Amino acid sequence: MPRTLFDKIWDSHLVGQRADDRDLLYIDRHVLHELHAHHAFTALEKQGRAIHRPDLTFAVQDHTVATKAGRDDNTNPTGTAFLRAMRDGTRKNGIRLFDIDDPEQGISHVVAPELGIVLPGATHAVPDSHASTVGGVGALAFGCGTSEMTHILATQVMALKRPKRMRARLDGRLGAHVSAKDVALRLIAELGVAGGRGYVVEYAGSAVRAMPIEQRMTLCNLNIEMGGRSGFVAPDDATFAWLAGRPYLPQGAMWDRALDHWRLLTTDDDAAFDREVTLDCGALEPQITWGTDPSQVVGISGRVPEPAAMDSSRRAAAEGAFAYMGLEPGTPLAGLPVDRVFIGSCTNSRLPDLEVAAAVVRGRRVADGVVAMVVPGSSTVKREAEAAGLDRVFRDAGFFWGESGCSMCAGGNGDRGEPGERCVSTTNRNFENRQGPKVRTHLASPATAAATAIAGRIADVRQLLSGAA
Amino acid sequence: MQPFTRHTAIAAPLLKDDINTDQIAPIRHSRSLKEDYKITLFYRARQRDDGSEDPEFVLNKPQFRNAGILVTGHNFGAGSSRESAVWSMIANDIRVIVAKSFADIYRENCLQNGLLPIVLDPEEAEAFIARVVRVNGEGPFTVDLVTQRISGPGGADIAFDIAAADRMRLIEGLDDIGLTLKQMDDIVHWEQRAAAAQPWLQTAKDSR
Repeated sequence: MPRTLFDKIWDSHLVGQRADDRDLLYIDRHVLHELHAHHAFTALEKQGRAIHRPDLTFAVQDHTVATKAGRDDNTNPTGTAFLRAMRDGTRKNGIRLFDIDDPEQGISHVVAPELGIVLPGATHAVPDSHASTVGGVGALAFGCGTSEMTHILATQVMALKRPKRMRARLDGRLGAHVSAKDVALRLIAELGVAGGRGYVVEYAGSAVRAMPIEQRMTLCNLNIEMGGRSGFVAPDDATFAWLAGRPYLPQGAMWDRALDHWRLLTTDDDAAFDREVTLDCGALEPQITWGTDPSQVVGISGRVPEPAAMDSSRRAAAEGAFAYMGLEPGTPLAGLPVDRVFIGSCTNSRLPDLEVAAAVVRGRRVADGVVAMVVPGSSTVKREAEAAGLDRVFRDAGFFWGESGCSMCAGGNGDRGEPGERCVSTTNRNFENRQGPKVRTHLASPATAAATAIAGRIADVRQLLSGAA
Repeated sequence: MQPFTRHTAIAAPLLKDDINTDQIAPIRHSRSLKEDYKITLFYRARQRDDGSEDPEFVLNKPQFRNAGILVTGHNFGAGSSRESAVWSMIANDIRVIVAKSFADIYRENCLQNGLLPIVLDPEEAEAFIARVVRVNGEGPFTVDLVTQRISGPGGADIAFDIAAADRMRLIEGLDDIGLTLKQMDDIVHWEQRAAAAQPWLQTAKDSR
């Protein structure tokens, strides 16, 4: 019987069924972060339970680390206890930690693929909802809570009910300055914030095939914003070329053997999905959110929608969003003055994201009164960007250039906006108060964010670069 | 885990869809390893801009201050996987959430902590929400997981469905890890098979 790639990966990781009918799914790679790990270490100690596979477990300091140059444990005082508890817990348990001063520290979802800690066809878990970012290299990843993380540490399996399968076919050739971020926002707008609930989504189609690996990661990162349980792109030659040589991957003859296996990681023709959706990306313009959930999206030339044009389920949410965002229906998005621009997060902080932003910024200045920040997704990305001179481009333009971490995505490290500020952000959630109390967040791509920083207003990057703005 | 058989408490209505975990349990500016989850629950929503208590927020209303059952719309618990969004419910003795639907990870986190997530179909949910609004905290509801019924003022008992395995797990307060550890042999066998068939999965070493 033809099978989907999801089924192939799931079945090959099936350890057995538990007494409560849940599937026990083996987790090949488990990555922890400091915000939640101490709870798990404490719980296991209390229960007298050992960590089953510390050698398949990794840890990063990302959520609470400060982004200022010369940072240490105390730069963000609310992070200090978390950073130290992580250090103690990983040392006691023999887990490789990418600590605050490690040259390869960074956001878990950026670090794991970058070092080859995740691999195609592997299962992966992180106590963070954006775990499926690594689906961009063909891994099947699950976000989880603290109890589940503790369970994985003790057993190296997750006890799950088998999710349903969805395929999202994204076809068409993306226009200039349109990226995976724009595609993902449009898809979330079409399906809604719960459209993917209960599903593992396979992203397929010509638009996905044409995406570089980093963009595939952006696409898979945003899967949770439509409620998806996981999301991935089947690996292909571009994936293998991207992965080759990364240090934690198999090397030499073992690489060849792995590669032979990875080439089989495809969905069979005629395999059945529980749901299929399609999106033609050919005519897509840059997208931006206007509201307070990631499905409240319009094209950059669009206007805040009229409630009358919405179905009733979305109207109530929209009314609250208008008030919070300080926007009236019918207002064009482009041209709205902004106070802050943030480029970073597990969604859009890899080197190509920064290259795209730098290409927009080069030779220009951040508009007066706008606070603009770039926070690379990992210390490796930061180093590579600096080697390419991107830090100079950003600094010369008036951007803050930070040390890597989650930063303003959720503000867990103290980086946040001031009440009432309007912020264009390359992150993943425009929820109320997320980037600081009363901060009004608009999600967009790195290109749009960069153009907005320069213009001081929400800007269409295509117009800025053609000199029409 | 605290077993769940039956819970009698005031029911409070949260009349919105898509209530996310940033709302339920915001990342607070000042926090510590031992967070007071009682305060975390709807920390921002409970306050006005000046930091004073917002009397309009449902859980601040006198009749709902001690609510132990929440009734809400679709996709409750969307967003971050943070388990504090469940711990903060338990810390406030909220042991039941009745919703039209739950976000996947949130529902899993509920089951890990003895918080009963009940899904009613949209029509039944609408009717129950209307009833809870009408009752307005004047009397408690009882949610019985053994009989799978909700009873209380203002109407007839309501039957609810829940997967048998989830029900047993809650009623017995099963130790989730303990349950899996019974199959440690299976896990080790899987590892042995994988080490032969796909050895790169069973090793994660820095080759440098």
